Amino acid sequence: MKTLMLGNEAVARGLYEAGCCFVSSYPGTPSTEITECVAKYEEVYAEWAPNEKVALEAALGACLAGKRSFCAMKHVGLNVAADPLFTISYTGVNAGLVIGVADDAGMHSSQNEQDSRHYAQAAKIPMLEPSDSAEALSFAKLAYELSEEYDTAVLVKMCTRVSHSQSVVETGERVLPERKKYEKNPAKYIMMPANAKSRHPVVEARTKALTAWAETAGINRIEEGSDISCGIITSSTCYQYVKEAFGDTYPVLKLGMIWPMPEKKIRDFAQTVQRLVVVEELDGFIETHCRTLGLSVSGKDLFSNIGELSQNLVKEKLGGTVQAGASLDENIPARPPVMCAGCPHRSIFYVLKKLNLTVLGDIGCYTLGAVAPLGAIDTTVCMGASVSGLHGFVKAGEEESAGKAVAVIGDSTFIHSGVTGLINIAYNESDSTVIILDNSITGMTGHQQNPTTGYNLKGDPCTKIDLESLCRAVGINRVRVVDPYDMETCQTVIKEEVAAKEPSVIISRRPCALLKYVKHPGPICSDPEKCKGCKACMNIGCPAVSMVDGKAKIDNTLCVGCGVCKQLCKFDALG
Amino acid sequence: METKNIMIVGVGGQGTLLASKLLGRLLLGKGYDVKVSEVHGMSQRGGSVVTYVRWGDRVSSPIIDKGQADCILSFELLEAARYTEYLKPGGRIIVNSQQINPMPVIAGMADYPENLGEKLGTLEMHVDALDALALAEEAGSSKAVNLVLMGRLAKHFDFTKEEWMDAIEQSVPPKFLEMNKKAFELGLSA
Repeated sequence: MKTLMLGNEAVARGLYEAGCCFVSSYPGTPSTEITECVAKYEEVYAEWAPNEKVALEAALGACLAGKRSFCAMKHVGLNVAADPLFTISYTGVNAGLVIGVADDAGMHSSQNEQDSRHYAQAAKIPMLEPSDSAEALSFAKLAYELSEEYDTAVLVKMCTRVSHSQSVVETGERVLPERKKYEKNPAKYIMMPANAKSRHPVVEARTKALTAWAETAGINRIEEGSDISCGIITSSTCYQYVKEAFGDTYPVLKLGMIWPMPEKKIRDFAQTVQRLVVVEELDGFIETHCRTLGLSVSGKDLFSNIGELSQNLVKEKLGGTVQAGASLDENIPARPPVMCAGCPHRSIFYVLKKLNLTVLGDIGCYTLGAVAPLGAIDTTVCMGASVSGLHGFVKAGEEESAGKAVAVIGDSTFIHSGVTGLINIAYNESDSTVIILDNSITGMTGHQQNPTTGYNLKGDPCTKIDLESLCRAVGINRVRVVDPYDMETCQTVIKEEVAAKEPSVIISRRPCALLKYVKHPGPICSDPEKCKGCKACMNIGCPAVSMVDGKAKIDNTLCVGCGVCKQLCKFDALG
Repeated sequence: METKNIMIVGVGGQGTLLASKLLGRLLLGKGYDVKVSEVHGMSQRGGSVVTYVRWGDRVSSPIIDKGQADCILSFELLEAARYTEYLKPGGRIIVNSQQINPMPVIAGMADYPENLGEKLGTLEMHVDALDALALAEEAGSSKAVNLVLMGRLAKHFDFTKEEWMDAIEQSVPPKFLEMNKKAFELGLSA
């Protein structure tokens, strides 16, 4: 049946059709929907793991137990999973193991723009790169065949434009392979030095075999062109930009496997064209490979290694002309993302700013606490870095640290990597205060369950990790819970805890305002008679509050009635 | 046929994704090759959001570049002004005249430009402005702005009303179906 599918949904379909039985992932834009979609197939066991390392190790265990397994993550998630990744390269698999990784060129929703293709080369694990949903589906299936034939995990690399574009796919039936019985094999699965030494040559031989496969593989295909003055090597979404810009004008070598790459096929292609150009996003990965083959090639001299490409960019850089439409001679204000109206994080950041504290931030919706007018965050690096960073900041800092700095981290991020940092705070005794912003969901990636919510990926009730008990268990004696909508109490508690001469945790608990089960009291009313236009209510950066003709005005379509602005009004104009 | 391009722009949370899903479904049903590109994640939190819908005999790129859109369907006035460069000369902008202040305006660091609707009219394009919010509220919910705009867009397609209604039925929850159909009708007849 022909249907429109997101690239991520198509990967999920491919997993289903390939007989995948076990999926363990951690959500991260733009990879999240792969796991959400595959969870809808009853035949597939799917779960959210606490982090990507746990997820990949769980997927390895499942493939050793004999069932095809899968694990998805965003590009920075692969950093977390890199430890098992590099050694899984040595152990190989039993049943097939496929790892989905989604890059985010252009940083639509990420803290960096790393190019995951380097991981394939560094860990010596083959990587397939689909360019649309149809390939996402078929490459996911192919990945299992390669995995089992070559005894290796296989990476399937997505990117924002492939993950989050819908295109036409033809679906097939699920074929469930027979379970491969687990057999003990210490020389293959116990990676201590003596065994690992004998596995490394196996990895190198495998890479040679895969390179040979790449020479003839149908997914590395040459498309003839009418004009041989230029020949283009490309992959992923860039292939689509090339075809959009030039149609069938220039010959194209479209690589479906991005590591290892063929050698002879590329050399032969280069010989048929007058000028060789590589069109790829981010680093010059294919280009570098061409150079090692001694070929004269253009690539990053034309195209930036920063941000996304597009059909216009490709056309322009290769001599074509493009024409933008008309624009207004007007200063159009930017519209950055903001915390939603009623967001429980907002008031905490208002209080932290008021108390003039240094705030080590983390990854999630609450990173938006950095944006004006709240502007309350000092650092954001990676998952968990707020907690571990605070420990160092408090230990090494002087007048600006003890009693003047806090970490803020969400519930899901705390479980992902914050708890290990908290153990360090307890064990090595820094007077740190960690604020866990517990909104009872993984928010930014679109409401995924996590170990603190009491529900699993399939939506069934399950064991709920109790944050208070967890913090106490790792050695934190001062654990307090506040309601972020009660700003006065929040301020008192934060002041007390940062002043305390021992580690402490404050749990700011209120569910995300967008959760369907959350009942709201309804919009606040503003009274223009009472409003003095002091703009105190504007300091919380709520999208529902604005000043019209010098008076506060509430947008009824946005306001949920959280009452935070009301607490800032000295004139009783909001009620 | 040459590939056709519609850009749907607005503010995260306004329901632009439903609009593109509905269009995609309709166009696929008509036998076209279709690509719909979305952005999820952080920008959905009240930021400027863009969705691309492309269809034809063979569609390659999932995105629409500057100078390529046949039509921009804008859920908000400022967002229409932000993306005019993406329109082909003589293209059409269907714009909800609703104004939603972005944070720099709320924070007092920038002004919302005045008379944007009139200024858009001076450019080489067809501007079709309507108060979709008022019509959505008339239909029963401020959240139905997307269906009002779909109705307005439907004027420029050759598809039958039944085809549109089928696509709506497949795209919205049964509970809200009647309200959404009414919103579509109001947009169509506005």
